[in-house]
Amino acid sequence: MIEFRDVTKQYPDGTVAVDKLNLTVEAGTITVFVGPSGCGKTTSLRMVNRMIEATSGTILIDGKDIRDSEPALLRRGMGYVIQQAGLFPHRTVLDNVATVPLLSGWDKRKARARAAELLETVGLPAEMGRRYPVQLSGGQQQRVGVARALAADPPILLMDEPFSAVDPVVREDLQNELLRLQGELDKTIVFVTHDIDEAVRIGEKVAVFRKGGVLAQYGTPADVLRYPADEFVAGFVGRDRGYRGLSFLESSGISVDRVETAKLGKPRAETVADWVLVLDSDGHPCGWLPPGTSVDGSLTREPLVAGGSLYTTGTSLRGALDAALSSPASRGVVVDEDGKYVGVITARQVLDLIEGHPQAVSKT
Amino acid sequence: MNWLSRNIDAVLELTGYHLVIALLPVLFGLVISIPLGWVANRWPVARAILVPVAGIMYTIPSLVLFLILPPLLGTRVLDEINVIIALTIYTVALLVRSVADALAAVPPHVIAAADAMGYRPVRRFFGVELPLAVPVLVAGLRVATVSNISLTSVAAILGVPQLGSLFTDGFAVENYDEIVVAIILIFLLAMVFDGLLLLAGRLLTPWARAGRAVGAAK
Amino acid sequence: MNSFGNAFAWLFAPEQWSGPSGIPARVLEHLGYTALAVLLGLVIALPIGMVIGHSGKGGFLVGAVNALRAIPELGLLILLVLLMGIGLLPVTLALVVLAIPPLLAGTYSGIRNVDRSVVDAARGMGMKEGRILMRVELPNALPLILGGLRAATLQVLATATIAAYVSLGGLGRFVIDGLYLRDFAQTLGGTIVIAVVALALEGLLILLQRLVVSRGLRRNPTRRRDRTVRPVEIAVETA
Repeated sequence: MIEFRDVTKQYPDGTVAVDKLNLTVEAGTITVFVGPSGCGKTTSLRMVNRMIEATSGTILIDGKDIRDSEPALLRRGMGYVIQQAGLFPHRTVLDNVATVPLLSGWDKRKARARAAELLETVGLPAEMGRRYPVQLSGGQQQRVGVARALAADPPILLMDEPFSAVDPVVREDLQNELLRLQGELDKTIVFVTHDIDEAVRIGEKVAVFRKGGVLAQYGTPADVLRYPADEFVAGFVGRDRGYRGLSFLESSGISVDRVETAKLGKPRAETVADWVLVLDSDGHPCGWLPPGTSVDGSLTREPLVAGGSLYTTGTSLRGALDAALSSPASRGVVVDEDGKYVGVITARQVLDLIEGHPQAVSKT
Repeated sequence: MNWLSRNIDAVLELTGYHLVIALLPVLFGLVISIPLGWVANRWPVARAILVPVAGIMYTIPSLVLFLILPPLLGTRVLDEINVIIALTIYTVALLVRSVADALAAVPPHVIAAADAMGYRPVRRFFGVELPLAVPVLVAGLRVATVSNISLTSVAAILGVPQLGSLFTDGFAVENYDEIVVAIILIFLLAMVFDGLLLLAGRLLTPWARAGRAVGAAK
Repeated sequence: MNSFGNAFAWLFAPEQWSGPSGIPARVLEHLGYTALAVLLGLVIALPIGMVIGHSGKGGFLVGAVNALRAIPELGLLILLVLLMGIGLLPVTLALVVLAIPPLLAGTYSGIRNVDRSVVDAARGMGMKEGRILMRVELPNALPLILGGLRAATLQVLATATIAAYVSLGGLGRFVIDGLYLRDFAQTLGGTIVIAVVALALEGLLILLQRLVVSRGLRRNPTRRRDRTVRPVEIAVETA
C-alpha cells in the first residue's frame, strides 16, 4: 500500500508540480495516474522512489515513511519502467534484466537464471537474452523493460508511460500482457499515462490529475466515466465517453425482442421474406438466413450468413451495442450465460437504454 | 639494411625508450582526463574553463613545450620527464572535451533507469556512463597514441634518447639506412598501437558493433 | 625562474628587433614557410576531398592518407634534406605531407556531412553535379573545411620550427642556435615567440571561422553544424 499524505512538490522557481496530494494506492491493484501534460502525474510517481524529493508531506509504503530508507535501497525494492525502456545499450538483454539482482549482490549465475526465467514470463524467447537492446523492436524492448523491473520480485511496480512510444497494435498487446502478468503476480502497480482509454482499460483505480498538480478525481474507471467530478474531468474523459461508459452499465433491465427462428436440420420448404435466425438443436445461434433464400428440404449451414458478435445478458451494454451493430440483420443476438438464444436487440433499443441512464448522457 | 643487423641491440633499446616516452603519457592522459571530463560535464563553469584551456595547450608546439617545461619544473633539458609531461598535456587536451561530450551524450532515460534501479552515483559512473563513453575514448586515445609516437622523435633535438636519436645521428654522419629504419620503425609502431587500440575498442564494445549492424540493415 | 628573466631580457634586447636575423624577420620567414606548405596542401587536398566527398567513392583514400600522420616529421625532413640538399624544397615537401591529412579529412567529411536531402533537392531542381558541388555542398562544408585548415596550419607552424635544424631560417633558428651555443635565454626566448605566434594565429583562424560560418548561417538555413570546429575535433572525428 502506498499512501500520499499532503504531498506537495514546488520547484525553486515557484512552480507547483504537485499540490497537497492525498491518495492511497491499494496493495495488489493497478492504479493509473492520468491527466494532461504538466499535471504532476509523473512527478507524483517519481516521488515514490525518491527520484524526485517531495517539498512537503509524507509518502508511506506499508506504513513506513520512504524518507527513512536510503534512495538506492528503496529503489531496488521497486520496479520502474519508463517510456523509452531505458535499457543499457552496452549490456545484453539478459544482463539488463539481471541488473537489480546483481546490484543486490546475487551471484551472477543465479541472477542470469532468474533473468532467463523472466524473459519467458514476459513472452520473449530465451535466445533473445544474448542480443543487445538495439537489436530488438520497440515492443520487445518494452517487454525487456518490464522483465528488468520484475527481476528482484519487487512488491511495487512504477510504470511511467511505458507503452506510449510503441504503435497502437503493439500497445494493445503490451496492455493485455500486463493484465495477464498482474493476474499471476499480484503486484501493487502505479501506472502513469496521458491516454484515458489506456487508463480505463488497465486501471482498477484511476486518479485524474489536472494542471497544477491537483488530484481532480480518484475512483474506479466506471465511476470516473459515469460520474465525472467536475467539468475538467468530464472534458478530459471526452465526448465519446457515453460509448466508453457502456462498458460499465449493468444491463439487467434490458428488454429483448423475438425474431423468427428456424432449427438446423428441420425440413422446410419456402422462400424466407425476412432475416431468420437459425439455431442448433441446443438452442445456440448458428447464423442468419438472409431474405429471399429458398430452402427446400432440411436446413443446412450452407446458406447461412455468419452472425455478428453475441451479447450475453448481464454483461456491459457496450457488448450489446457491438452485437447490434455487427449483425447482418441489424439486430444483435442476445444469449444467456449458457450461450442459448434469448432474443434480439436493436441499436436503437441500446441507445434508448443509455439515455434512460441520466449519468451516461454527456452534458456537453 | 646491414646497418640494422649490426645495430639491432641499440635499436631495440631505443625502441624501448621510445615506447615508454610515447605511451606512458597516453595512460596518464586517460587517467587524468576522465575525472576532468566528468567535472566539465557536471558543471558548465568548469567546462567553460577546461575546454578553451585544453584548446590552447593543444595549440602550443611540442618543441616549445619540451623547452618551457625544464625551467618551470626545475628539470634538465634532456630529461625525458619533460617530454612525458608535455605529451601527457597533449593527451589530456585531446581527451578532456571528448570525455565530457561522451558523458553528455548518455541518454537521460538510461541514467534515469539506472537511478531508478538503485545505482549509487559512483557505481553508475563506472557501470553505465563510462562504458558508454568507450567508443569516443578509444577514438581519442588512438589519435593521441599515433601523434605521441610520432612527436616523441622531436625530442632528439634536445638529446633525449629514443628512436628519433637515429635521425640526428644519421643526419650527422649522412647515414640514410639509419634514418629510413627509424622512420619505418616509428611508423610501424604507430600503426601497431593504433591497431591494438582499435581491436581493444572492438572487444570492449560488442554492443556498438551490434548497433552498427542494425544501422546498416536499415 | 631566472631562466625566464634571462629569456625576457634576450627577448626585449633591441638587437633582436632588427636586421635579417631579428625577431620580425624570423616571424615573417616562419609564416612564409607555413603559408607556402598550407597553400600547396590546399591545392592538392581540396579538389581531391571534394571529388571523393561528392561521389562517395574512395573514402578509403582518406583513411590511407590519414596514416601519414604516423610518419615522424623530423625523420622525413632530414631524409629529404639529405636526398635533395639543403633548401626550401625539402622543407616545404615535408610540411605539405603534414598539411594534407587534416585538409583532406576536413574537406571530405565536410562534403559528406551535407544533408543528402539538400543535395537531392538541388539535383531535383536540375542543377548539374559540378554546380551542386560548388554552390550547395562547398558552402555547407565550409565549417569543417576551415576546421581542417586550422588544424593543418597549426601543425605546420609548429613543425616549421625544426626547419632550423636543417639549416633553414624561421623561428626555430633561435631555439636551435640557443641549444648549440648553450645560450638557454635565446632558446627559451625563441620558444616564447613561437608560442605567441601560434596562439595569435589560432585566434585569427577562430575569428575567420566565426566570420565565415555566421555569414554562411544566414545564407544556409539548412546547415546543421553551425559551430566552429576545433582542430582537436577534426583529429578525433577523422581518426
